[in-house]
Amino acid sequence: MYVIIAGAGKVGWNLARELIARDREVTLIESNHERFGVVEEELEHAVQYGDASELWVLERAGIQRADLVIAVTGDDEDNILICQVAKEKYGVQRIVARVNNPRNLPHFKLLGIQPAVSATDLILRLIEHEVPEYGLVQLLALEEEHLEIIELEVVADSEAVGKQVKEITLPEGSLIISVLRNGRGFVPKGDSVIELGDQVLLILDPGLEREITERFAASGAAAA
Amino acid sequence: MFILIVGCGRVGSAVAKRALEAGNDVSVLDRDPLSHERLDRDQTSTWEDAGGRFTVGTALETDGLIEAGIEQADVFMAATSGDNTNLVIAQIAKRRFNVPRVIVRVADPARAAWYNEQGLQTICPTQSAIDQAEQVLLAA
Repeated sequence: MYVIIAGAGKVGWNLARELIARDREVTLIESNHERFGVVEEELEHAVQYGDASELWVLERAGIQRADLVIAVTGDDEDNILICQVAKEKYGVQRIVARVNNPRNLPHFKLLGIQPAVSATDLILRLIEHEVPEYGLVQLLALEEEHLEIIELEVVADSEAVGKQVKEITLPEGSLIISVLRNGRGFVPKGDSVIELGDQVLLILDPGLEREITERFAASGAAAA
Repeated sequence: MFILIVGCGRVGSAVAKRALEAGNDVSVLDRDPLSHERLDRDQTSTWEDAGGRFTVGTALETDGLIEAGIEQADVFMAATSGDNTNLVIAQIAKRRFNVPRVIVRVADPARAAWYNEQGLQTICPTQSAIDQAEQVLLAA
């Protein structure tokens, strides 16, 4: 597998290191000459100097045969453009873009740049996971595959409390895959009983969140 | 016609002034408040008195684009100093806000040519300079 990484900041450099350690062929592209010099001392020929949003720089790095292009520069517009060109001009099968400013995420989506990874978003999700009062937590969203995994806390007065999994009517396209109770997780069977305070993990088609939340949260809390 | 120009540099400000003189509604967005000076220079009245609009904001922030009037724009021109910024906001103007005419300034001839093929109307000052220089040199 051949991987091109645009941007040799902390993220890009460490990604390159990890991938090289896993025997992947990697080219890292850095546009700041001073930074390039520093990284080159370690990575040698695996790093190239240039602006990865310029077509000839990508071609020099061999983008035509790249299996994966990762854009992790500090500029969102650069990351969008690099991925767009990789995908649409050179037909690269897989792209990954870093989102620096979460407010730019809609732009990535609008232009079909998926997956777009935002560190702020990831940390926010971890916080939500640790602080259960938020109710519904989106753990994973595979947008292209139209699947997501969410976590819900079972609250008092919800219809799921005390019911067996098979008695809970879930909408078509959703499934309970795990239950977290007292800090431990298990995969429930049809006769497992859902208890108050359980955290339930479900896999579902996007769009079913509200309907599913109503099964586990009291109706008032579902809206929050 | 309502024209929104993002980027109040030499090109953006000059095009804005001409468009206003030609009787259009013109709104300019730039992140630098001082860039407004370019709009007033060599004019008998201030930009606002002449009927122009000016908004301070970052091109990628949707709020700024909306404040500058992108939802009403008939023409959108991306003329900041950054090629990538211009190419991203031009596509936002076209795909998200459905602006009927979108023009984007791209300094890099290779990207200007490719995005032009993809349906964006690009203007490449570098290519114009190359063509002009070539003409002058070959005529000499």
